[in-house]
Amino acid sequence: MKAAVVVFPGSNCDEDCFDVLRDVCRVDVQYVWHKERNLPPVDLVVLPGGFSYGDYLRTGAVARFSPAMDAVVKHANTGRPVIGICNGFQILLEAGLLPGAMLRNESLSFVCKHVYLRTETANTPFTKRLERGAILRVPIAHGEGNYFCDPETLKRLRSEDRIVFRYSSEKGDLGPQFNPNGSVDHIAGILNENRNVLGMMPHPERASELILGSEDGRKVWESLLS
Amino acid sequence: MTNHKKFKANVKVGLKTSVLDPQGKTVLAALHSLGFNEAKDLRVGKYFEVVLEGNDRQSVETRVRQFCEKLLVNPVIEHYSFEVQEG
Repeated sequence: MKAAVVVFPGSNCDEDCFDVLRDVCRVDVQYVWHKERNLPPVDLVVLPGGFSYGDYLRTGAVARFSPAMDAVVKHANTGRPVIGICNGFQILLEAGLLPGAMLRNESLSFVCKHVYLRTETANTPFTKRLERGAILRVPIAHGEGNYFCDPETLKRLRSEDRIVFRYSSEKGDLGPQFNPNGSVDHIAGILNENRNVLGMMPHPERASELILGSEDGRKVWESLLS
Repeated sequence: MTNHKKFKANVKVGLKTSVLDPQGKTVLAALHSLGFNEAKDLRVGKYFEVVLEGNDRQSVETRVRQFCEKLLVNPVIEHYSFEVQEG
């Protein structure tokens, strides 16, 4: 397994992703600056969290036009995995690799805390080491994670088993009190049609070692490795 | 000679009516708390002033529409309108 972490101006979770892949998962990983027009030959591309281009205009709206994004789209079109975390998810939405858009959190506040995620499908390269219904404790840190899509898109996401994670209680119950940002249908992560592109607001890379309070997020990386 | 005239485009972008606007709700509640109870609905949007060059109004309008659709607007959640002035 070889991986690339794309670095945009304003990325701030790039080192966390790099560290987890290299030191925890023993993956051959390298950074790719957003100006690069080509990706090195890798299996996995990570779009990390942060505030690319200062979140100007809309989150991810400017980063999606980075030269490296054309290469990311090509990579995705070959069927190899791409994971976008937090701002990376926002970039994937703006780039049209995933459907829908992000809105300001319903509370209007930046929310930074651990949440519980319910795994909704194991039929993905990102969750195949998890069971459907498995609960993960993973942190979020965002001001715009309120996922929105039209009812038609939501229907498709549901019927095609493309909702990967939902915000839930520790026991897996759903409800507005467990939804930290107002996301439609409590969505925390979704897949593209080909099931090789995942966007998720929570940060598995910040929950991949016990010393950081949780290692539940490691299952995402381990799924990709297996 | 091409592109010798100067134009200004005023672009308004707002959230679609099907999209909730918690920011607008909060601002509306703030107006109410100041006693402006006649305010019944409020939605927060964005406004862009773009200075650009072009030949005539029609071609400038076509370009501004492209600005909007390519970058300024996210059609999943937003709608837009604009007007173009010469000079």
